[in-house]
Amino acid sequence: MMLDKSILLTIVLAPLFGAVIAGLFGKRIGRVGAHSVTIAGVGLSCALSIFVLYQLVWGGAVTFNQNLYTWFEIGSTSANIGFLIDRLTAMMMVVVTFVSLMVHVYTIGYMAEDDGYQRFFSYIALFTFSMLMLVMSNNFLQLFFGWEAVGLVSYLLIGFWFRRPTAIFANMKAFLVNRVGDFGFLLGIAGVLMWFGGSLDYSAVFAHAQDPSVDLAARSVELIAGHPWHVATIVCICLFIGAMGKSAQVPLHVWLPDSMEGPTPISALIHAATMVTAGIFMVARMSPLFELSETALTFVLVIGATTALFTGLIGVVQNDIKRVVAYSTLSQLGYMTVALGVSAYSAGVFHLMTHAFFKALLFLGAGSVIIAMHHEQDMRHMGGLRKYMPITWITMWIGSLALAGAPGFAGFFSKDAIIEAVGESHRAGAGYAYFCVLAGVFITALYSFRLLYMTFHGKERFVVDPVKQHHGHDDHEHHAPGHLAHAPHESPWVVTLPLVLLAIPSIVIGFLTIGPMLFGDYFGDAIFVHEANNVLAELGHEFHGAFAMVLHGFTQAPFWIAFAGFATATYIWLFNPGIADKAENVLRPVHSMLANKYWIDNLYQAVFARGGTALGRGLWRGGDASLIDGAIDGSASLVDQLSAVVRRVQSGYLYHYAFAMILGLILLLGGSWWLFMRIAA
Amino acid sequence: MAHWPLLSILIWLPIIGAVVVLLLGRDPRVARWLSVLVALATLAASIPLYLGYDAVAGGMQLTESHVWIEALKVNYALGVDGISVALIVLTTFTSVLVIIGSWGPIDKRVSQYMAAMLALEGMLIGVFAATDALLFYVFFEAMLIPMFIIIGIWGGPRRVYATLKFFIYTFLGSIFMLIGLIYLHMKTGEFSLQAFAQAGLGTKEQAWLFFAFLIAFAIKVPMWPVHTWLPDAHVEAPTGGSVILAAIMLKVGGYGFIRFSLPITPDASQEYAWVVIAMSLIAVVYIGYVALVQDDMKKLIAYSSIAHMAFVTLGIFITLALVRVHGNTDAARLGMQGAMVQMISHGFVSGAMFSCIGVLYDRLHSRMIRDYGGVMNVMPWYGAFFVLFAMANCGLPGTSGFVGEFMVILAAFQDNFWIAAVAAFTLIIGAAYTLWLVKRVIFGEVTNPKVAKFKDLDAREWIVLGSFAAAVLVVGVYPKPLTDLMDSSVLQIVNALMLSKA
Repeated sequence: MMLDKSILLTIVLAPLFGAVIAGLFGKRIGRVGAHSVTIAGVGLSCALSIFVLYQLVWGGAVTFNQNLYTWFEIGSTSANIGFLIDRLTAMMMVVVTFVSLMVHVYTIGYMAEDDGYQRFFSYIALFTFSMLMLVMSNNFLQLFFGWEAVGLVSYLLIGFWFRRPTAIFANMKAFLVNRVGDFGFLLGIAGVLMWFGGSLDYSAVFAHAQDPSVDLAARSVELIAGHPWHVATIVCICLFIGAMGKSAQVPLHVWLPDSMEGPTPISALIHAATMVTAGIFMVARMSPLFELSETALTFVLVIGATTALFTGLIGVVQNDIKRVVAYSTLSQLGYMTVALGVSAYSAGVFHLMTHAFFKALLFLGAGSVIIAMHHEQDMRHMGGLRKYMPITWITMWIGSLALAGAPGFAGFFSKDAIIEAVGESHRAGAGYAYFCVLAGVFITALYSFRLLYMTFHGKERFVVDPVKQHHGHDDHEHHAPGHLAHAPHESPWVVTLPLVLLAIPSIVIGFLTIGPMLFGDYFGDAIFVHEANNVLAELGHEFHGAFAMVLHGFTQAPFWIAFAGFATATYIWLFNPGIADKAENVLRPVHSMLANKYWIDNLYQAVFARGGTALGRGLWRGGDASLIDGAIDGSASLVDQLSAVVRRVQSGYLYHYAFAMILGLILLLGGSWWLFMRIAA
Repeated sequence: MAHWPLLSILIWLPIIGAVVVLLLGRDPRVARWLSVLVALATLAASIPLYLGYDAVAGGMQLTESHVWIEALKVNYALGVDGISVALIVLTTFTSVLVIIGSWGPIDKRVSQYMAAMLALEGMLIGVFAATDALLFYVFFEAMLIPMFIIIGIWGGPRRVYATLKFFIYTFLGSIFMLIGLIYLHMKTGEFSLQAFAQAGLGTKEQAWLFFAFLIAFAIKVPMWPVHTWLPDAHVEAPTGGSVILAAIMLKVGGYGFIRFSLPITPDASQEYAWVVIAMSLIAVVYIGYVALVQDDMKKLIAYSSIAHMAFVTLGIFITLALVRVHGNTDAARLGMQGAMVQMISHGFVSGAMFSCIGVLYDRLHSRMIRDYGGVMNVMPWYGAFFVLFAMANCGLPGTSGFVGEFMVILAAFQDNFWIAAVAAFTLIIGAAYTLWLVKRVIFGEVTNPKVAKFKDLDAREWIVLGSFAAAVLVVGVYPKPLTDLMDSSVLQIVNALMLSKA
């Protein structure tokens, strides 16, 4: 059975339609009109995505691979717009549209008092369209289109509050850092076209990559004379550089924490659940290519492991509730990347899916807290909120347990699978990665429970002060930290409903799907793993169902490490809040290193921003103005001076001219005489 | 329609229209309406050109030929292939928008300004339609005059310096071309481009001719290091002058490389392609950094134009190594098509960017970035257009700015990884200078009280920016009609490159 093309088109175009209507006619259709049309579009898209998934998994539908139209065709090079819908795509479509739908609903509450209400809905619907174009693509061109389009919407949304200097700095930074990644990505695509069969279509490229008569893995080229490199390594590393930008891997991670300048719903949707996982998805999609290069996978592994541990550490010292979650996202993206690096692509994608639910939940929960605190984000002015907002409190606990990998919750399955896969792998760098992901478990538990305790438990560290404060929900207004106009209260249902709906999969989705997704044949041939690299197959021998895995989990190292993190966090931030400050003093250098994010941002600012403008000024003043224009204006003034000298001869006095004539005559005669004599002699 | 001298109509309609506007345009309103009508009529005449041109057959079509100067065998010979058609339609389209755009800001000597614009349009079409080298040269030189007048009369305070620099620079370049053409005339006895292309030329002859053409066209494009006239000319030119200059006049340089350098001196082009490629790559990086630090919006976009036009020259000259060293005509076609699409796209994008700056200039009479900030607060529609064009300038997929750069990078990669890598650096530096501009002008709080009083776009400005936006998006979403239009012509040029002439 074939999937229906018109259904797939509707899935993509319905959010675009909503975005265009809300964007162009926002004033005329009003707030209700704008959120209705976009929610209807994304809702339709979500329902149809679920239907497509159903058809693929239970309805016996075969993979859909078809071009819609030709973008250009020059000689044998053609670029198309088309869809490849297999189970990997379908899963991504459901995750994207579901989280997007939740965020749309949530936004009704969160942005209720914002002037840019319609514009916001237009952007998030446009984002959904772009993300769907990315995941549903059947070729590299459209992949790149979606890739850049989500980047554009991310840019627009981080800078949504465009009056804030920090927001418009952050969105530019995000775009530029992503462009560094795209630089690699584009070269990777060019490499694919050149070396992988002269096509941009996935199916042709993958077929070429797996063709034993071609033996791409052995083909090499000398980019620098005398140093042959495998073309597969070059292409895969270039493609992965793209993923490092989009999925915020070290050293291109610097934009993601700053992206928190955007409104919280988009932090959940774009900078946690979907867009930032595009890199993970892309590498999983390209598994037939990455399997060709052991070197590239090692590179992926080391980058991922570094990101997983070292960005997590920064999360421990953050006080802004959103930034804690942001660093946690960085760290979890590192876990996914590690999974890719050990060829456990399904485990990476599996973690992508579970993470999308619980991390969207955590962000939306953080947003709910922020609303209650009148846009205060500093956890040092929170505490004890559990009695004011029970739904937010409980759902945040669920999200955090899932994140920390408590046995049975969604994150437990996906994270344990990654850790075990790394333990199983013999790839270069796997030892380092194993250390990082295990240590990361402790860190994850530490910052997760720290966040919960500082926000919901312990003493209230804010004052309700109705007289003095003339507050607004308007976050541009500054008010004294820790002072609230009225007591915090639970958010409206449009906010809490998405929390509850996201909490459910955060608990159960891992338990339900680990069997087929990791150890079954859910992905079929969407993901390709070389026989020798297949660590998940090794693990599969020991897998006896999800329930057994939960029981087994209690006896394993990750559980006890996470428990140690939980215990530490509980001791420090629940029972003995003074210890944290003492520890901070004792470990001053370490704390300062983490608080300054290893000084990487400062380094980039100095080298690339200030260095770039200095270089630009140098080239402009020194090159254009002095050298080039100097030469040109110089030649002009040379002519000028020359003519000034010549002009003096034309004095206008008759006796000057007469004198010159006589002089000339003498010279002429004398010269002729001299010449004549020489010739005669 | 086929037996009408369509190309002559396209050339002379605006030029005669210019005379009529001069004669009847005492009243500025009459001058404005009349010139729009002429421009629209020319645009309308370019529709049968597009429809009547047989893209599958390729070759020179709609040809006209009349003896012009018998003694020298100079002909008034016209003809178009797909490349010319694309550039002519770009010219007629942009001219309409420029004239509509100049309705408000130009309030003195309106009829003369409009007449200069129309005459310029006719001459530009003449350049793209001429198949006789001397006719080409006449249009090539003649178009300097209206542009000289436009900058010199309606320009800014330093217009005299700018016009002289502009004129002398470009005139100097074309002198070399003229010498080259005279040499070729002595060799072949005629001035037809086809005869020039078929003439057998030794390596040394080709080298001399190649550099003569290179100087002429490199100044026109302009390429690093002969680019410094452009920022000055743009800064002093009125908005309409800048738009025409960036959108169309620069394309004459790229077109010249395709029409003259490649067919007439293929062997020298191959030998010295590295010179052009190196100049292009330097432009991408060097000019990108220079653009980053400009305080004047027009200068910034002028530098950005130079960096973008580098993709045109890169795409054209990358073909030689691809054809002759790698025998890869597919990639060569991709590179050449990329260069052409980049020319068309840059016409839209730079035209739109200069129009955008004009909109602000009309309100505040300043081009300085620091005088603005927070324009989005008072002009949301304008801000949306500006961001769209900025994204096109960054080469965002879905806009026309992406298509050409993408093709050129893909093609360059097949010749040499490092050339592609340096070219792809535009992704980073292009985004940096463009988005920093957006950040400082469009976003942020309103700091200048005069900006706070700005009104959003009026209907006339809407038409101009909306039309550019439509063009940018259509080419970005569906470039195939454009590439199909030029495909057979590009193939012909690429195939011709395979044969050595020496």
